[in-house]
Amino acid sequence: MSPQENVKYLHQKYIQSLNREKRWVRFYQAVIFLVIFSGWELASQKQWIDPLIFSAPSKVWALFLTKIQNGSLMVDLGYTLSETVFGFMLGTFLGTFLAAILWWSPLISKISDPYLVVLNSMPKVALGPILIVALGPSFTSIVAMGAIISIIITTIVVYTSFKEVDPNYIKVLQTFGANRVQIFREAILPASFPTVISTLKVNVGLSWVGVIVGEFLVSSKGLGYMIIYGFQVFNFTLVMLSLLVIAVFATIMYQLVELLEKKLIKNNS
Amino acid sequence: MDFLKADHIHHTYFTKTTAVTALSDVSLEVEEGEFVSFLGPSGCGKTTLLSIIAGLFEPTDGRVTLEGKRIETAENEIGYMLQQDYLFPWKTIEENIFLGLKIGKSLSQDKKSYALELLDKMGLKGVESQFPKQLSGGMRQRVALVRTLATEPKLLMLDEPFSALDYQTKLKLEDLVSSTLKSFGKTAILVTHDIGEAISMSDRIFLFSARPGQLHKTFVIPKEIREETPFNARNHEAYPAIFQKIWKELESLEPPGER
Repeated sequence: MSPQENVKYLHQKYIQSLNREKRWVRFYQAVIFLVIFSGWELASQKQWIDPLIFSAPSKVWALFLTKIQNGSLMVDLGYTLSETVFGFMLGTFLGTFLAAILWWSPLISKISDPYLVVLNSMPKVALGPILIVALGPSFTSIVAMGAIISIIITTIVVYTSFKEVDPNYIKVLQTFGANRVQIFREAILPASFPTVISTLKVNVGLSWVGVIVGEFLVSSKGLGYMIIYGFQVFNFTLVMLSLLVIAVFATIMYQLVELLEKKLIKNNS
Repeated sequence: MDFLKADHIHHTYFTKTTAVTALSDVSLEVEEGEFVSFLGPSGCGKTTLLSIIAGLFEPTDGRVTLEGKRIETAENEIGYMLQQDYLFPWKTIEENIFLGLKIGKSLSQDKKSYALELLDKMGLKGVESQFPKQLSGGMRQRVALVRTLATEPKLLMLDEPFSALDYQTKLKLEDLVSSTLKSFGKTAILVTHDIGEAISMSDRIFLFSARPGQLHKTFVIPKEIREETPFNARNHEAYPAIFQKIWKELESLEPPGER
């Protein structure tokens, strides 16, 4: 065998071993999934766990099918999804906007510092009742919950990354006579893009928290309402179904943001 | 009238606890088309002086004039090159070299083709749509030079532009920069702590002493060295003598006990 063929052969072996590992990982992931759900089903059937509290996958599935057929799941899911997406976008945009203001004026940044610290330490969901009274028990107040929970942390994280942009990039622009708007647009914002995107990832999770808590409080529709309603009438199949749907859609949203991240910052440093 | 004139420049940096004087009573003149170097130990305020001449901030006292006008009003007449290329990694090479024009809102078709022509002259044809990270250090610094020259500045500031490069690349770039600037007849100020670089590239060398930064001495480089390219200047017979002269002067600036 010539050395070149040998290298080719070794490379193929390496690829094979990578693929083999990948298959094993997938296999075990599937095993864990099956064990959890069949274990749950079995334990529930055999009354090892209280079926009234923990329900069972078969019951959840049956409820899922009925709720799909009568369309009620889609309605609730639609509400919660749109509230989360709006809250998430609002939180991220407003947070980045506030960060831009702080960067723009060091004086405002100094003045607002203690307030930011207080607001950041404050558990935002505690503001829920006030929001609902102020904005009404509606879509708006739930979106506000989804947004408010991520605004302050976005502001702080993005502002920090604005400040950490290498001053030499700013110097380059200044030697060309750039004004502050131009510096922001050409250097500060694009250089902080990776940070903004990574706060997006955090904000996806936060917005779900805000929206679900908001729906707990408003209690009229949505997946959060399904949970609180199921809890009150002791229908835990409903609670479980809602939890699983939330898990699936929160994951999908997270994956979408990750996809966006890959698309947007492929050329960055 | 002098092309560039720095008149009794003082500069002090203030912090809460200290007031450090970086420059004390520095006056100098540079003629049009001249290439001068600022040489000196670290802490002699070379970069501070360069920033003041570039109009990036105002000195505590004194004034800088370019063709008789105060430097603050002379926008876009000064180009500045830093230690590293500082090309914007999220912009293509083309977007990078158009940056100065875009900032100055003078991005016309003429200027664009001028910038691309410069890129071609630097031996960088065909990289327009690539990103900076795809280029080597020397190529990137050449792109940075194109970016600086694209706005057609009257005065060029070079703040140790070769210090981050390997030796071979540095020598080649010195030749390239020197011949480019000569062919355009640009006035340039080079900040460096490499004596050889200062001698081989400049017409005059301003030697600074540190703490506080003061103009210590001015050396005029002999004509025969000036006419050579930087690489050949290093091998010129007159080179060792002037090197020794500047070296001794630099040594005498070191406070006793150091080194």
